[in-house]
Amino acid sequence: MLIELSTFDLSLAAILVLILGLLSGYMGLGITRQLYIAAARTTVQLLLIGLVLKTLFASTSVPFILLIAFIMISVAGWEILSRQQRKLKGWWGFGVSTGSLFVSSFLITLLCLFTVIQADPWYSPQYAIPLLGMLLGNTMTGIALGMDRLIQNAWQQRPVIEQRLMLGQTADESITDIRREAMRAGMIPIINSMAAAGLVSLPGMMTGQILAGAAPVEAVKYQILIMFMITSGTGLGVISVLWLISKRLFDERERLCFKRLLKENTKF
Amino acid sequence: MNLLSIKKLHFLHCGPIELKLKATEIIGLSGASGSGKSLFLRALADLDAHQGEIRLDEFNQQDIQAHLWRQKVALLSADTSWWFDTVGEHFSAQFMSDSTQQLEALGFKEGCWHWSIARLSSGEKQRLGLLRLLQNQPEVLLLDEPTANLDKHNTQLFENFVKKYLQEKSACAIWVGHNSEQLQRISQRNYVIEKGVLANAN
Repeated sequence: MLIELSTFDLSLAAILVLILGLLSGYMGLGITRQLYIAAARTTVQLLLIGLVLKTLFASTSVPFILLIAFIMISVAGWEILSRQQRKLKGWWGFGVSTGSLFVSSFLITLLCLFTVIQADPWYSPQYAIPLLGMLLGNTMTGIALGMDRLIQNAWQQRPVIEQRLMLGQTADESITDIRREAMRAGMIPIINSMAAAGLVSLPGMMTGQILAGAAPVEAVKYQILIMFMITSGTGLGVISVLWLISKRLFDERERLCFKRLLKENTKF
Repeated sequence: MNLLSIKKLHFLHCGPIELKLKATEIIGLSGASGSGKSLFLRALADLDAHQGEIRLDEFNQQDIQAHLWRQKVALLSADTSWWFDTVGEHFSAQFMSDSTQQLEALGFKEGCWHWSIARLSSGEKQRLGLLRLLQNQPEVLLLDEPTANLDKHNTQLFENFVKKYLQEKSACAIWVGHNSEQLQRISQRNYVIEKGVLANAN
């Protein structure tokens, strides 16, 4: 009973995105280029993955599945970095974002595969890959927001941080308020979606399962599982990013070390 | 016995700088804008990278954890920052109940703890900033143009207050300023930073 989408349906949605781009260009809001690139990417990427998904899920080779997971994590790490207005120099930027994704998504996916799902074999790609994907997709938003907020606020509030250092506070104390603010920024999206789930929004995976004929209670249980995993993954990821970056912002004599940051990147 | 001793200090384009301060002593320091006065104070508080040896009593700066050093060698910057909404939140409850006298000596009344930061004038910030710094009972005060925004009366209060503190705590101070009359009045020795080194001002 799937209603097929016609070319016209898709074009209609595409025209809306086009209008949004024109509007923002006209108002000087400066996201037009990024918007169009992202829209083109989503089209091409989904088309390609749609074509190979069946073959991918049929694979039983562990190295191949690990390779896929590795590519997914690296791309997500790269995307986090591309959203930052200021980032750590050198490999630190990529290292911090990818490392935190590894903790927040990869390890939690493994945990879930072994203890909760227990598919046979445990690496069955039709479970492992979408699970990892859902975790990455959601945690990268939180991590990107938390990271951006931390670095931007530290940059703008340099006088306050240095003032607190002058008053004899430790590096850690001098940045606590900024870190708390960044944690909040990173966690708001997932807290929003948990609070709104069922009342405002119907999570896609659950709705899909029910429409496809699964027992509602089973679908709901899966959705709750996913929500909790995403929440803990996002939390862990944001915490590790905040911890690593706030360490990196100070040197061994507890001085602010902004020379470890790259210049501002105004596009996102 | 020297309280603070500075040997072969280099920072940015400045140095070598040699200086020794005894307890209760005030050193006046002046120099053109951009000559490195503020950077000198920042190096002493270990807020910027620098080379050379800085000692407080027998302790080497680099052997003490940076935040503990800054509690003892305290920098009052020309422009103080405040991050909470009211004055009182920047002070410990203990200090507030014990410091009524000090507050009055700087020309404030007790109600000022409830003042909002937004309504403070730059001169009030400067005086309250000094009081905030004294919570750590520093042994060295690094004062960067501390009375630049004060009127004559409050400048007088500020000078007396600092002198009294140095006497009571056997502390010392480096006073950076542009007013040579004031520097002559309060300090025992006067220096100028010129081309990155200290020269005698007298």
